[in-house]
Amino acid sequence: MSAHFDIRVDRNKCCASGQCVMSAPDVFDQSSEDGRVLLLVAKPDDSRADAVHEAVECCPAGAITITERTE
Amino acid sequence: MTTIPTSPASSAPAYPAPRRAGCPMDPAPLIGSLQAEAPLARVTLWNGTRAWLVTRHAEARRILRDPRFSADLRAEGFPFVSPSQLIGLERPISFIRMDAPEHTRRRRMLTSEFMIKRVAQLRPEIDEVVEQLLDDVAAAGPPVDLVKTFTLPLPSLVICRLLGVPYQDHEFFQRCSAVLLNQASDADAARDASDRLRGYLHELVERKAAHPEDDLLSRMISEHEANGDLNRDDIVANALLLLVAGHETTANMTAMSIIDLQQHPEQWAALRERPELIPGAVEELLRHLSILHTGVPRAALEDVEVGDTTIRAGEGVLISLQAANHDARAFDDPGRLDVARSSRSHVAFGFGVHQCLGQPLARAELQSALTAVLRRFPNLKLAKPVEEIPFRETMTIYGVYELPVTW
Repeated sequence: MSAHFDIRVDRNKCCASGQCVMSAPDVFDQSSEDGRVLLLVAKPDDSRADAVHEAVECCPAGAITITERTE
Repeated sequence: MTTIPTSPASSAPAYPAPRRAGCPMDPAPLIGSLQAEAPLARVTLWNGTRAWLVTRHAEARRILRDPRFSADLRAEGFPFVSPSQLIGLERPISFIRMDAPEHTRRRRMLTSEFMIKRVAQLRPEIDEVVEQLLDDVAAAGPPVDLVKTFTLPLPSLVICRLLGVPYQDHEFFQRCSAVLLNQASDADAARDASDRLRGYLHELVERKAAHPEDDLLSRMISEHEANGDLNRDDIVANALLLLVAGHETTANMTAMSIIDLQQHPEQWAALRERPELIPGAVEELLRHLSILHTGVPRAALEDVEVGDTTIRAGEGVLISLQAANHDARAFDDPGRLDVARSSRSHVAFGFGVHQCLGQPLARAELQSALTAVLRRFPNLKLAKPVEEIPFRETMTIYGVYELPVTW
């Protein structure tokens, strides 16, 4: 049994600060059209947990949420 | 819910407050004393109006992310920290002083220009500008004023190239910006500077409309004017915002970073030995210096409870990014510069949907500048004691008027 987490992004809230890309460039990207968030990996490996938590913490718009789940 | 009654006049100190004499690198003592008492406090502005000053990190972030606080300077109770800022009411405004949905619509027209991938493409060009400027510094020989020769020309050259503003006009637009951002300027001086700069940009946009080039101003015209997204005044207001914000902030942040590291020689040495620490050091310097030092203005659109306090609809709020970045609840021993710590949750670029649009560009310029200065001038020293350097006390963006160095 191990902890996993799901990421959801709200592109309507996103203000394209790029904070998430700074924290976890392998999980988040920015659209070339308007810089808004693109989710590259919705269920990242647990090794990315710290980086993803930092992205949530630093997102100025509150556009990223994570749901922890235990399997 | 408990409501703290509005403070009596005597307990609403004047704001902005001065820094302690001889301690130009430290926040004003008032910031720390208010922060120790409560997350927010009443302060009195230059014209006798009251505002709430928010001094703690958690509350600052919460308020900056809350759409019940308006960034629109026309909102009732919007706090103006100086007479020069009042003239914003008389001029076409840019999206920085608008709320959603209009803010969202207008900001999104520009976000791709400043996103991390785009700025990464500009990085070689930024590095080249840095090296050229430092070639001239080296050739001139010590002592040199780094503001005049390096920290101000660097972001000015970069934002000029990005926008398509001729750099040869830098003395003119730097002078106008300095008046606009000086809280000691009277309204007439600010009006004059604003009108001259707007007139200049109107003419420039006119030329770009007739002869488009590969630059941001031309793209704004071709992509957003023809289809009616923006009118000419909007384009000029955006150009003014990007030009002023694009050079004043990074110029002062670069100069202040050099001073801060000079005041902490062991950290200068650490970065010289380990340049890979520079990106993290830039975040820590942004936090420690917090050069946007007088607070981000908002007006409450509704009654909002913040902790034990109710901010009433129509009251002004100033969020002190500097105080939030020096809150021991968020950063251990916040007065200490520690380039190895994790400072990512700082709010030096603001927070919420208005957070600095140009932050990837600012970071790239700061990282490039510090990397090159440390490599090429490893034994750099201030040519004067820090107490003798003139600091920009009355400016919206704190910093220094000159930075004399030797090596």
